[in-house]
Amino acid sequence: MTSGIEVVITGLGATTPLGGDVTSTWDALLAGKSGVRPLTHDWVEKYDLPVKIASQLVVDPTEVLPRVEARRLDRSEQVAIVASRQAWADAGHNDDTVDRQRLAVIIGTGIGGAITLLTQDDLLEQQGLRKVSPLTVPMLMPNGPAAHVGLELKAQAGVHAPVSACASGAEAIAWAYRMIMSGEADVVVAGGAEACITAIPVAGFSQARTMSTRNDEPEKASRPFDTARDGFVLGEGAGVMVLERREFAEARGAKIYGRLAGIGTSADGYHITAPDPEGVGQSRAIAASLRSGGIDPADVGHVNCHATSTPVGDVAETVAIRKAIGDHPVLTAPKGALGHLLGAAGAVEAIVTVLSIRDGIVPQTLNLENLDPAVTLDVVAGEPRKIKLEAAVNDSFGFGGHNVALAFTPA
Amino acid sequence: MSDNVLSGLAEIVEEVAGVAADDVTAEKSFVDDLDIDSLSMVEIAVQAEDKFGVKIPDDELANLKTVGDAVNYITSNK
Repeated sequence: MTSGIEVVITGLGATTPLGGDVTSTWDALLAGKSGVRPLTHDWVEKYDLPVKIASQLVVDPTEVLPRVEARRLDRSEQVAIVASRQAWADAGHNDDTVDRQRLAVIIGTGIGGAITLLTQDDLLEQQGLRKVSPLTVPMLMPNGPAAHVGLELKAQAGVHAPVSACASGAEAIAWAYRMIMSGEADVVVAGGAEACITAIPVAGFSQARTMSTRNDEPEKASRPFDTARDGFVLGEGAGVMVLERREFAEARGAKIYGRLAGIGTSADGYHITAPDPEGVGQSRAIAASLRSGGIDPADVGHVNCHATSTPVGDVAETVAIRKAIGDHPVLTAPKGALGHLLGAAGAVEAIVTVLSIRDGIVPQTLNLENLDPAVTLDVVAGEPRKIKLEAAVNDSFGFGGHNVALAFTPA
Repeated sequence: MSDNVLSGLAEIVEEVAGVAADDVTAEKSFVDDLDIDSLSMVEIAVQAEDKFGVKIPDDELANLKTVGDAVNYITSNK
């Protein structure tokens, strides 16, 4: 806060199970739509997987990208490119608006190019070395989404790819904040990308007993904070935002969606997959985001929760929120509608948080019918709620005990 | 020079690199004129091997600078 530097958001881009861009995603979220649909892939029956649903993109990236470009990219890279182009255009940037040595790209992923890895492994097994694509490594590497976007934008201040499971997308935005605050960059294109709806991730998450098996009611499967929740629903997509030093954005006359006032990160040091039920690490991240943003907890009107619809995680998060902020924030959990976009979740939900502040409206938590009695906070259910927000926090947590909190304020 | 080999190779180049088949003519350099990188050249070589029943070892591939070089190699080795 002493530096006088502020970080603002000037562009948004997304492709999600609710829509092929930010506007359609936001509208579908407010309208109470679900992105969860039955899986029609042959591997579901082949391996008799207990999970037969996923939150799947409504606009396939191969419909948007030129054929030759798409065939050189893993699906996780395709969605990163799609969302980044939207955000870059939305920010009003072009070839001349920023010195490339002052431009960075930071895009995280939780899993990386799993579909490429499996496809190429099948080719190696069945048809031999000759059939393995020479593009295999750049398609499966987890820095691939960031690298391709960085190359397209010729970003030379740095291209980075945080990997912290389901906190990756938020971690990318936190990293962008640090780069701008430290003076390393004027503009950062940051977010998350994920596309791993294929056999082995579904099998692995199933074996960990973390996923919903409500196969007969796909649209009701993801139900954060509800007493009948039984696990998360795997999703795919990407969210990207353009963050800038305020003075730089204002000098070029950019529209400003809002401000990323502060960020907080921490680690649980507790368990490789389970969150600390006392929410200690999570509350430290939330508190740190407020401290770094100079925000009084009393002014935080809303928390956009990580809540994934798992029995343990959802309650632990509310414990952390009460510790760090208090009993007053109004909560929502967008994963009820979006499913869990893993490494893209934090980025897409950060976009939702920014729009909640801009429009003064908090979307409902889809499928929240009976609030878990262990949750003593006010969770928006049924329909969106109008509420003027001075500050809102977006939580993201990941396997490994990674915690990230982003604190946003109005433009 | 074999027109069949040329047109077959042009189809592969279009599929792999997105260069219009009509632009794939004998005098064109893969790298300088058609903007094809070394990774795409490997894919093109593998597909050409399958299509024309030839072997294109790496040290031969390195010598195939132009489309015409490739057509001549394939024609004389299949």
